[in-house]
This record gives sequence, C-alpha cells and structure tokens, in this order.
Amino acid sequence: MLALLALHLALALLAPAAAARLGRSVFLLVALAPAATTAWAATSAAAVLDGRPRPQATSWVPGLGLTLDLRLDALALLMVTLVSGIGTLVFLYCARYFPADARGLGRFAGVLTAFAGAMLGLVLADDLILLYVFWELTSVTSYLLIGFDDEDAESRRAAQQALLVTVLGGLTMLVGFVLLAQAAGTASLSAILADPPRGGTVPVALLLILVGAFTKSAQVPFHPWLPSAMAAPTPVSAYLHAAAMVKAGVYLVARLAPAFAVVGLWRPVVLTVGLATMVVGGWRALRQTDLKRLLAFGTVSQLGFLMVLLGAGTRQAAVAGAALLLAHGLFKATLFLTVGAVDHATGTRDLRVLSGVGRQLPVLAGAATLAALSMAGVPPLLGFISKEAAYEAFLSGSGTDRLVFVGLFVGSLLTAAYSARFLWGAFASKPGCARTQVHTLSPVLLGPVVVLGAAGLLLGLAPALADPLVQAYADGYGTPAEVEHLALWHGLTAALAWSVLTLALGAALFVVRERLSGLQRSAGRLLGAVDADRSYEGTLSLLDRLARRVTALAQSGSLPVYLGTVVLTVVLLPGVALLTSTRLTDDLQGWDRPLQPIVGVVIVVAAVATARAHRRFTAVLTLGAVGYGTAVMFVLQGGPDLALTQFLVETLTLVLFMFVLRRLPAHFSRQHFQLSQTVRVAVAGAAGVFVTTAVLVAGQARTAPPASRAYLEQSLPEGGGRNVVNVVLVDFRGFDTLGEITVLVVAALGVASLVLAARRRTSPHAEGETAVMAAGGQALDEPGAAAPVVVP
Amino acid sequence: MSGNLTLALTVGALYAAGTYLLLQRTLTRVVLGLGLLGHGANLLLLQAGGSAGGVPFVGAPAGASGVADPLPQAMVLTAIVITFGVSAFLLALAYRSWVLTGEDDVQDDVEDRRVTRRQRTEDAPVVRPEDEL
Repeated sequence: MLALLALHLALALLAPAAAARLGRSVFLLVALAPAATTAWAATSAAAVLDGRPRPQATSWVPGLGLTLDLRLDALALLMVTLVSGIGTLVFLYCARYFPADARGLGRFAGVLTAFAGAMLGLVLADDLILLYVFWELTSVTSYLLIGFDDEDAESRRAAQQALLVTVLGGLTMLVGFVLLAQAAGTASLSAILADPPRGGTVPVALLLILVGAFTKSAQVPFHPWLPSAMAAPTPVSAYLHAAAMVKAGVYLVARLAPAFAVVGLWRPVVLTVGLATMVVGGWRALRQTDLKRLLAFGTVSQLGFLMVLLGAGTRQAAVAGAALLLAHGLFKATLFLTVGAVDHATGTRDLRVLSGVGRQLPVLAGAATLAALSMAGVPPLLGFISKEAAYEAFLSGSGTDRLVFVGLFVGSLLTAAYSARFLWGAFASKPGCARTQVHTLSPVLLGPVVVLGAAGLLLGLAPALADPLVQAYADGYGTPAEVEHLALWHGLTAALAWSVLTLALGAALFVVRERLSGLQRSAGRLLGAVDADRSYEGTLSLLDRLARRVTALAQSGSLPVYLGTVVLTVVLLPGVALLTSTRLTDDLQGWDRPLQPIVGVVIVVAAVATARAHRRFTAVLTLGAVGYGTAVMFVLQGGPDLALTQFLVETLTLVLFMFVLRRLPAHFSRQHFQLSQTVRVAVAGAAGVFVTTAVLVAGQARTAPPASRAYLEQSLPEGGGRNVVNVVLVDFRGFDTLGEITVLVVAALGVASLVLAARRRTSPHAEGETAVMAAGGQALDEPGAAAPVVVP
Repeated sequence: MSGNLTLALTVGALYAAGTYLLLQRTLTRVVLGLGLLGHGANLLLLQAGGSAGGVPFVGAPAGASGVADPLPQAMVLTAIVITFGVSAFLLALAYRSWVLTGEDDVQDDVEDRRVTRRQRTEDAPVVRPEDEL
C-alpha cells in the first residue's frame, strides 16, 4: 500500500517535466497510479470481502508515537473503488478534455495525481493522526486545483473559500481526534473501533469530529464552498467534488458510526444536518441555470442523503448508504463529465441557451440519461436499488425514523425533479432556442462517460456484483441471521409504492417548473437574510475589520507604549500571583547594618533626581551618585570585591558619558507622548512596588541551604585561593567569565564601529546627511563613496 | 531567613526610576534608565544571598551572622561588567542616532502610524477577499 502511495507521489513529481514532452497525453502516464491501485484493490478484494482486512504498519516518528498504519477493509475497498477506479477514468478523460496547448497542464496533472494519492492515503489510514495529515493534504491540493485558473478572481475566491472552510473544519476535527485518542489511549483507528471509549470527553470529541466531516462534505451550513468550487476545471469537479474528496466527510462518519452512533448527540445532529442538507441542496438545484452548478447543488443534496444513511447507525441504513455511495460516485461523475463534454462541444453550460444537443450527441446523451435516471431513482439502475433500500430502512422503524423518512422522501422527489431538469436542460430541443452548434467529440473523451454510465446500469441489473462489498461493510454492525441482500425486486412493498410516488411527484414538479421558479424567486427574497454564502462573506469582512482594529490598537508604533505594555504585563501577571498565593512572615528587619538606611536614602534621592533631571549633565552626575552609593551598600553587605569593581566601573561609565554628552545638547528635548505623564509615573511606580514585594517574598522563599557552602569549603584546597568570590569567577565558574568577556568584546566592536563610522561622516566629502542615511552602512565605510549618492 | 526592608525599598525605588526613564523618547534617558535598572538588579542579586555577613575570605573572621554568600557576589560582579558593556553600546547607538538625525529621540514607527490612520479613516467598507489578493 505504501508502494502505491509512493507511486502517486513519484508520478506527481514527474508530471511537470513529462508534460513538457508529452503535452496533454501526460494524463495517460499519471493515470498509471490510480490504475495500478485499482488493479491491486481488485486482487485484494476476495480476501477483504471474506473478512480478512489487509493491514500494513510502518514506523514513522517513533518518538512521537506516529505510525504509517494502513489498512484495507471493506469500507476502504469501497472508497478505493471510487477514488482510484473512477479516478483512472477521469485521468483518461483529462487527456482529451484540455486543449492541446493549454497552459500549466504539467502543474495540473501533478497536483491532480498528488490529490489522488492523498485521497487514497485518507481512506487507507488506520491512524487518526495519519488520517488527519492526508485529510489536510486533500484540502491543500483541492485549493490548488480549484484555483487552477489563477488569473480569474472568481476561481481564486472559490479556492480560498474551500480552503478556509475545510481547513477550519479539519482543525476542529483534529482537536476531536486528539480528545478521542486520549480517551481511548491509542490513535489506532481499528483499535478504537474494536473497543470504543465511552463517557468523559468522548461525546464532545465526536461533535468536533462531525464538524470536520460536515465541512468536508459540504453539509448545511458549510455547503456554499462546493457550488463556488465549480470554478475549477470540470474533471476536477467530477473527481474531487463528486466522487472523491467530498466523500471524505461521509467516509469518516461511515467509519465511526458503527461504534459511536449511539453516543451523545451523534444521531440527532447527523440526521438533522443531513436531512437539512438534502432538502436545501435539492431545492437550490432546481433553480440553477448553469448545468454545473445544478449538479453541484445536487451533490450537496446527495451528500446529505449519504450522511443520513451512513450516520444513522443501523445495519439496514448502512447497506443502503454503502450502495448509494457507489451509485452516487458512478452517476455523479458521469454527469459532471457529461457537462464537461457538452461544454467542450458547444462552448456553453447555460441550459437556457443549449438546444438540440441530444440529437447531435446521441452517445453522450444516452450515457447521461442512464446516470440521471440512476440519480432520480428509476429502475433498473443502481440508484433505484439504493434509494429503495433507504426507504425500507426508515419505513420499518419508530417515530423518529418516520420523520427521517419524510425528509428523505421530500429530498428524493426534489432529486427526481432536478434530474429531469438536467436532462432537459442539457439535451432537449427547446422551442424558441436556436439549435446549438456542436463539434464532434474524441472517443477518449466519451469513453469514460459511457463506461461510468453503463456501470450504473450493470450493477442495477446485477446487484449481486455490488452486494458482497456492501454487506461486508454493513457487517461492522454485526451479521443478522437473515441478510437482506440488494435486489431490484422485493415484491409489492410499501417502499416500492413510495418510490413510484416519488417519481410521479418529481415529474410533476418538473412539469410545473415555470411556476415553481417564480415561487423560488419570492422564497429566495424572503430567505435572503439567511443565505449561507453571504454569511461567509460577512464573516470574512468582519474578520478583516477586526484585524485592522486590533492591529491599530496593538501596533501604535510608539516605543514607550510597547515598553509600558511589557512592564504592565510583568507587573500584573506575576504580581497578582505574588499577592494571592504568598504571605509575608513577620520575620522582617529594617536593616542589617545601621548605616544601610542612610546610604539607601542617598541612593533613592539620587535615583529620583536622575529621573527628574532636565539637563543631561545633571542626570549623569546623579546616576554616578547612585552607582557610588550602591558600591557603599556592597561594602556594608559584605562584598569588598564588588565595591571595588563598582567604584572602577562607575568611574569609567562617567567618563564614557562625558565623552558623548560633550557633543549632545545640554537639555533633553521636549517630547510628545502617546502616554501621559501620569500613566508613565503610575506604570513605573507599579513596577517598583512589584519588585520590592518580589524581593521580600523571594528572600523568604528559600528552602534549601545555599549552594555556595561547598565553594567556601573547597576554595582553598581545589581553587588554591582564599578569596572565594575570585575563585568562583576564575575557577569554579570560569566558563561564565569567558562568556562575559566575549560579551564585552562584542560590545566593544559594536561601539567602535558606531563611533568610527560617525567620525568618517564628518569628512568633507559627505555633506548630504539624509542621502548617506539612505545609502546605508556600506557607503559610510568609504569616505569618497558617499559623494555620488548625495542629493542636494 | 529574614528580609532586609531597606534593601528591598531601595531596589524598588531604583526599578521605579529606571522604568520611568525607560518610558521616555530620548535615547540618553533610556540609557540612564537602564543604568538605574542595572544597579537595582545588582542589589536584588546581592539581597538574594541573605543578610549581611563577614567577607567571604577563607580564614577571615566571620561575624555574628556568619559569612556572606559568595555565589550572588560572583554573579553581581559579572553583572556589573556586563551592564557597563551594554551601557557603552547603547550610548554609542544614541550618539549615532544623534549624528545621523540631529536628535536622539525615538520617533513613532511610520508604518504603524499609517495602519492606525487607515483604520480610523476607512473602517466601514467591506473588503472582498479578491480585492486584497
């Protein structure tokens, strides 16, 4: 399995280079990947259907417990059939769909192959985290494919919308995955399903996971990204937005439902959202005039249907769901490819313009009719069988099931109506419309459409072919004594009567389409306020405005404001903790030496004078007083070495300041502040109070004896010195001192370069100050070099 | 373990004055503020060693309260020197700023000011994503 994923990746990387040589036939080359996967799946099918899944475990990041666990079981096999089987046909179709001289084909082929690989990984993954990785890979590749026409603003917008919605859902899902994995103690999907955790965070985890599934499978209210994504080239729509990617959410629900459908809000949420999606999608599909958008809303509707069936958590519904999964993949891909072919042949997808196409493209029309009838649920096609099974599953149940049935019924009759609308719109001859000009289509383009359309008929006539696959998945709910097999004819049942009624009402809806569209327009006006696409726009622009506001607030551009914020944070966060969690003992002394308070007062007075000084000179002198005072404090505390160093360094600092101040103006400039004087004093005062408290509390918090006791004992025998501080510096902590010296060297280099560069500027060549600034540092190194860039 | 109120208050005052200077626009004053903060930090470290004591020399007579802790003293010694290095560097920066612009004040960031102005003037209009791409 890993080899197949690697094959996808290799061909994806190879595609751009190959496209330069092969042109659009590159799709025939990359089709090898899904074709090989299909062949492999076919050879593995017998064992898998026999109840022997094929696992493959590979270590990935052992330290993080990440594994590349893959597993082919019945559900995965069903999905691989869709992903790789239909994928192969779509790839073939691509080879003639694009014009021979189309731009960016190599990139497109590469990304499409990468998507096929990611999707394959998603359905095979047996590890929650691995599944998430593939999940997001499909989102990213889908983004690239929808935005393939990157010069078109509409397709860029659609790509962004799809990415934002699905990735947001994906992240939510990841949280759910992590919660679930923690509750279960393992991230292995098969282990979790075999022994599902209960209680605790599990219901929350499942809701979060459902959000991910709903966004990916375009459920209400996340659905608008799917119709928007129709900006993508049609093969992408057929593959990603009908057969493969949008099924990922449904797949996840189908995967988890056998173990978790009974937990918490799972059933109510899945059923409500699924039914709402089915009805809303069908209703909206009825008013579209673009064939592709009609199909897109149809897909939304069918995804809702699938969600209900596969999430309901009963064996009967699961049988119907699995059959519908297969049927939908077949008929929806056929229909999308049909639209692509019609677009290719006539240059339009507008059903108000198309007329008489069916007569001119009879083969295409035939295949599309088979697919549309399957979608509507007309016997003897696979779509009919699955819908019949769905009716059966919910007709026999209790009160809630009846309610669900009503929803399914309404959704199905809308489906029948828009199926008819599609066929009529694409192929019928309409009075008042000129016959559309059509050019012939390549058999390579038609082939996949016919094969897919015919497959629906074949499986409808011989449901025994699909039955083992469907039953093997449903066996996850346990195997009953008497298995209800898929069949065309179950006798004269209630479900059959409802099916007939569905078709009749659907046909009636299609017949009154003129009047219906008027009704839809007024309903649209009424419901305009709750348009999900508009709320997406609204959310985005709200986000933009919020971001601008936050930026303006947080990024004022004033250094004092930034520093003040930092200081306040330091004071508030640890300060609150300091006040609430610790208590000072009464073991407080005023001073250790009687001289200390006197020196302390000197220091404080000098410090305040430094802060208040208006003349630079005064400020430097008072700072010196603080320094010397500190030195005295060192002596009193018992550190003569410190005092000595402090005296020397303080003197040196004074000299340094004098050198600089000699050149600067005598007074500090008058300043304009965003922060008022009061605020600055308050912030500074708060910092002082905080530090005082921290010093007192920290001083009393000692629990262990000082680490330096050993230093005192070993100073003479090991360090050979009586002055312990010196021995610590040059011996015990010698490397620290080395680091300190390095810092001094770096600072000295910095000072030298800053001061020397300044000196050169004063040379007679460089009189244009601003120009030198603009030219940057290099110009300053050469006295002559600054001259050419001087701007008067 | 006892606390020394005098030292604690002195440290607090030094931090307050230092922070106040740090919140100024003039670079020289910011450097002065850092100097005050440095002194404050040194006293704070010293204070962490406990109460005053005899000099930490081997063989020196220890007072009633024992020998002063040598480890914080070693740290303070390092800190004094580093503070000097940093002050010298910052002073050179302030000087350079004065040489280039004729003043040693930090101005507001131009880009940030523009963002603020933009937010004030055109808050309302809806920006569709494609406008910004």
